[in-house]
Amino acid sequence: MIRGFSRIGLIRTGIFFAALIIIPLVGAPGFLLNTLIFTVMYAALASSWNLVGGYAGYPSLGHVAFFGIGAYAVGIVFAKDVYGGYLPFFVLPIIGIAVGLLAVPIGWVSMRTRADVFAIVTITLLFIAQTLAFNLKGLTGGAQGSSVAPPPFAVDTFDWPFYFAMVVLLAVAMAISLYFRRSKIGLSLATVRADEDKAHGVGVRVTAVKLTAFGVSAGLVAMVGGVWAYYVGFIYPQFAFDPLITIGMVLMAFLGGRGTLWGPVLGAFILVPAQEFFAQALGASQLYLVAYAAVFLVIILFLPRGILPSITERLRRRRDTLDVAAASAGPDTAPPAEPREVKVRR
Amino acid sequence: MHALIQAIILGVLTGGVYALMASGQTLIFGVMKVVNLAQGALVVLGAYLTYTLFTQLGIDPFLSVLITTPLMFLVGVAVQWAFLRPLHGDDIAQLSLLVTFAVALGIEGVLSFAYSTTLTNVQPSYANSSWEILGYQVSLVRFVAFLLSLVMLGLLYLILQRTKFGRSVRATVQNPMSAQLLGVNSQRVSAIGFGIGTATAAAAGSVFGMLNSFNPGSHYDLISRLLTIVVLGGLGSIGGSVVAALVMGVASSVVSALASPIWSDFTFFIVLLLVLLLRPRGLFGARLRGAL
Repeated sequence: MIRGFSRIGLIRTGIFFAALIIIPLVGAPGFLLNTLIFTVMYAALASSWNLVGGYAGYPSLGHVAFFGIGAYAVGIVFAKDVYGGYLPFFVLPIIGIAVGLLAVPIGWVSMRTRADVFAIVTITLLFIAQTLAFNLKGLTGGAQGSSVAPPPFAVDTFDWPFYFAMVVLLAVAMAISLYFRRSKIGLSLATVRADEDKAHGVGVRVTAVKLTAFGVSAGLVAMVGGVWAYYVGFIYPQFAFDPLITIGMVLMAFLGGRGTLWGPVLGAFILVPAQEFFAQALGASQLYLVAYAAVFLVIILFLPRGILPSITERLRRRRDTLDVAAASAGPDTAPPAEPREVKVRR
Repeated sequence: MHALIQAIILGVLTGGVYALMASGQTLIFGVMKVVNLAQGALVVLGAYLTYTLFTQLGIDPFLSVLITTPLMFLVGVAVQWAFLRPLHGDDIAQLSLLVTFAVALGIEGVLSFAYSTTLTNVQPSYANSSWEILGYQVSLVRFVAFLLSLVMLGLLYLILQRTKFGRSVRATVQNPMSAQLLGVNSQRVSAIGFGIGTATAAAAGSVFGMLNSFNPGSHYDLISRLLTIVVLGGLGSIGGSVVAALVMGVASSVVSALASPIWSDFTFFIVLLLVLLLRPRGLFGARLRGAL
């Protein structure tokens, strides 16, 4: 499974993206497409977060800082004119690379610390970015916000370019995630997560891989932020640097399963529609915050490893028990071994 | 010069209150190795409790500390018992961090549901009175708040140094394993430690409500300052957090007076950055680790 592509994996990925592409083409209603844009956006964000938070085990709580920087980059460059409407999408890679490079020194400073302090530092990063957005009025418009020029897209298919841009970004994030899993980077990150000192001791280039993961992750998040800004049109510091976006990424990756390819995507496809539903059903935004916290607590208390790892673990155990049962189905049947013992024997 | 000294006075007085909040947070870290991201939200909760006691029952905000502190102690014990105790596994540090963040969000949600999100303030009759000492203004509320914080910190010190519980806390901080082997009930120490940390948040919250306008979202601001303070002081060191709180209080107040209030928040972040670059374990991080 580690090397090469399994056929099932390819088919699954193909079906998933084919479905994503077909949905708007067959005339999905506006509200569905709108929900889907945010779902795919969060799937891309969570997959990017997963590169650092999942594979490297560094739980960044400040990733929304890069999201906001990407958003403001688009907002500032295309405040007056969007040049036909498609140019902002083509500029995204430049923004992504620039933010990725900007993230490297930030990562270098913040990753001098380990998990708990790292989370603190990244949280303050979020507030630094927000404070700057509020205070650098000349650049960002401060609390008045700034706006992107409206794109000249046809009304019927207005959402399409944004949607497909998000789908492309999700594909890129997943491709990078897959590449990480199959390459030396992924292995190095896994050793960092397991025991950084030992990894360093046996010659893993700890700092280099951590910074690579952090930079790539930040760049991806910035690109998603750019599309988001273009889509919503208005950017305010408190929304572009919303702590809830950070928490969304973390929560979805946790729900689906950190350090897996599909976990963050699964988490997003469960939580974002659920969020929309709650927001509509409960109306009051305050209750929605409480519901969010409750879901968060339930996930961490009852599914601390996430859905996918829990399922795979259970499936493997069952297969093991079956194997053992088949092996021991001799004339005088020994009692079937406990799954736990099987695990020790492997 | 006058403005500078005035700013330093203000900074020390404000820093005292931050010291109270931060000491609770760093105590929680020392005992449980949990970075409590809900500390800011608990302070805001304490402020709202004081607000309700003051507006509904007319209880003086300073006296209400006698009610809010024990109440919030119980809240803290309940939070620890319900959400932190069940956690287990290798990545317990990450999980507990996220759990406390979820608790913060929950508190914010409940508060904005109960009180709406408009800014409020606890305004007793003496809110605006101040003394003039040698030409410097000293606000009555700030001064009493500072004294209250000193008293609470002194109490905390006495509890940690002079009681059996305090000894088991210090033992747990120094080495959880040996403490357990010596018969310290670590679950109980964790629960009570978290409760005490929450109680300091409550006491600080009562004061915070008089010194600042606040709304349920204020905890984001608070927590980023508190985290800077505890990292600067060295996670787990109560003495360090007190020193760091005073340093930060003075620094941000001086920046606010001499440059602009807008950038005073920024002082915190710059200091944090410098600490991480020069001395990631904080002022009193490793050396005083067990000393509290």
